[in-house]
Amino acid sequence: MWEYSEKLKDHFFHPRNVGELDDANAIGEVGSLACGDALKLFVKIDPGSERILDARFQTFGCGSAIASSSALTEMLKGKTVDEALKITNQDIAEYLGGLPQEKMHCSVMGRDAFHAAVACYRKEPAPREQLEGELVCECFGVTDEQIRAEIRANNLTTIEQVTHFTKAGGGCGMCHDKITAILDAVRGERKKEEKTPEAAKKRMTTLQKIAKIQEVMEKEIRPMLQHDGGDVELIDLEGDRVVVALRGMCTSCPSSSLTRTGIETKLKELVHPDLYVEEVAV
Amino acid sequence: MKTIYMDNNATTMVAPEVFEAVCPFLTERYGNPSSMHSFGGTVARDVRRAREALAHLLGALPQEIVFTSGGTESDNTAILSALATMPERKVIVTTRVEHPAVLNFCKYLARFKGFTVRWLSVDKHGMLDMEEVRNKITDETAIVSVMWANNETGVIFPVHEIAEIAKEHGALMHTDAVQAVGKIAMNLASSNIDFLSLSGHKLHAPKGIGALYIKKGTRFSPFVMGGHQEANRRGGTENVPGIVGLGAAARLALEHFDQENSRVKKMRDRLQQGLLEIVPSARVNGHLESRLPNTLNIGFEFVEGEAILMRMDEKGICASSGSACTSGSLEPSHVLRAMGVPFTAVHGSIRFSLSRYNDEQDIEYVIQELPGIIKFLREMSPFGKESLAAACTAQ
Repeated sequence: MWEYSEKLKDHFFHPRNVGELDDANAIGEVGSLACGDALKLFVKIDPGSERILDARFQTFGCGSAIASSSALTEMLKGKTVDEALKITNQDIAEYLGGLPQEKMHCSVMGRDAFHAAVACYRKEPAPREQLEGELVCECFGVTDEQIRAEIRANNLTTIEQVTHFTKAGGGCGMCHDKITAILDAVRGERKKEEKTPEAAKKRMTTLQKIAKIQEVMEKEIRPMLQHDGGDVELIDLEGDRVVVALRGMCTSCPSSSLTRTGIETKLKELVHPDLYVEEVAV
Repeated sequence: MKTIYMDNNATTMVAPEVFEAVCPFLTERYGNPSSMHSFGGTVARDVRRAREALAHLLGALPQEIVFTSGGTESDNTAILSALATMPERKVIVTTRVEHPAVLNFCKYLARFKGFTVRWLSVDKHGMLDMEEVRNKITDETAIVSVMWANNETGVIFPVHEIAEIAKEHGALMHTDAVQAVGKIAMNLASSNIDFLSLSGHKLHAPKGIGALYIKKGTRFSPFVMGGHQEANRRGGTENVPGIVGLGAAARLALEHFDQENSRVKKMRDRLQQGLLEIVPSARVNGHLESRLPNTLNIGFEFVEGEAILMRMDEKGICASSGSACTSGSLEPSHVLRAMGVPFTAVHGSIRFSLSRYNDEQDIEYVIQELPGIIKFLREMSPFGKESLAAACTAQ
């Protein structure tokens, strides 16, 4: 049995925006009956402002496929096309309170359906056709370009992850060597590229987090507090829980809770968005 | 909410009588049956009685029964033993629709141990082609392993006939009878079956106990080695509570045998007829006649199995699905694919497996609730309707 979040279950049992949209001017379709899941997305875009006025869906698939579709339509409404194009599959998964790894392809399907709908609206060729490349997985019809794109977008490192996100390799397994070769190639490219702060944010080890938190504290936070006669010390880090102790003037400052929030905001911004700060009296 | 349990091919409820029988062996009667003192020694008597009860259910001799940890261990043991005792033969013949305990083990033996596996196909009803069986079993075959009844569809295979063919070629015959024991009458004494695997938790005994029947006179090479237990055929201190439970379950199975084939079958048939009557585009997977009395595998086109299971679960109904999404793998059931079930129906296949603990009300409840679930999901599905005038499509 899958460990589905309450939010996902809510979107599965009470899906939002189901059905066709008669006056849709963008329709995107991904998946197939043979593959076991398919999504047809109907979007109504205001041609003047390019704002999404309405979105509906029809989905054939499992619980997480239906919930991902429902979440996607909710996320799309009210956004402009350009804003909505920035929605990643991770965003859809996060909106649902997370997806089991094996179900990540459901969120990928949501993103792809919207991109296909936009291509339809803009009278461009469908994005899947642009990602032609060489067929790698014959069972699910996945090309090397698609696999490469997903490896880059989601920092995938293993065959298993590639299967969870693209389905490639989930059938007979004959293409596993090819997938390994693609993974190695992308890894090679990545080494050459300079690590962007964005990429660094996605996955951090505890050690990396501590180092970065200390750096931000030294350079950004402590000077600010010291200016007001206070100080802060990093006590501990457990997962994303940052434990700090306030020193000097800060301890008696009536706005110390604001100080805590301020530190948290800085750390979220500069280290990792999942971090939260708790204060202990030492 | 009441739980309507219709997943008995996955596992069954421990019968209250079995629970009663097991309890003393988890409390005061904890002795080791191999001990010399009477505190342990008398436990050996209960183990012996359990062995006799199980042998009686199978139409076998008590000494032909070896207790194991379950179906998988029995399957592995039988196949390995045949390969070990006939080193000159390197071929295994089995079906494409076996349980993973046989299927994946054979794949492993082929891939890493240099054995050849000849796979038997099934037709659209899930039945074997006896002509193919005759052609694939040769004098090079060490062991033929064909399940007595399929766990997903309930389809019953002609294992006695296949055992005859195996014997003609000097090959050993093994059958995974995990789903068949207690539902199909057995008299192994008059059969050419050499090995038979069974599992306790499929017939209202606890999990972690099973047995391997080894026909008297069959050369045997043990898999689990160690102590002298089970007449040197399976090392390790006996799982006494499990064995006593399996013995009690065997007695109950014999007692309720007629019920399985009358009352349970009647309920299954009513469920099948009720669902087919109300739900359009539904089909039964597997042969309608040559089938276990408790199993119904039904494919609902244009909907996906996990979504059906989740919605049934909300109503308290437990069943399982051949859909890819329920297993964590991306491929739907190997059994349904081997049968060539159309992909419009394979993802939406649901297996109901009943037991004598179900009643008529359970059946009517499912007939009342399931059609609405299918209708709801079909309305959400982009398939199965008049195809829409899509502005454009991207595959």
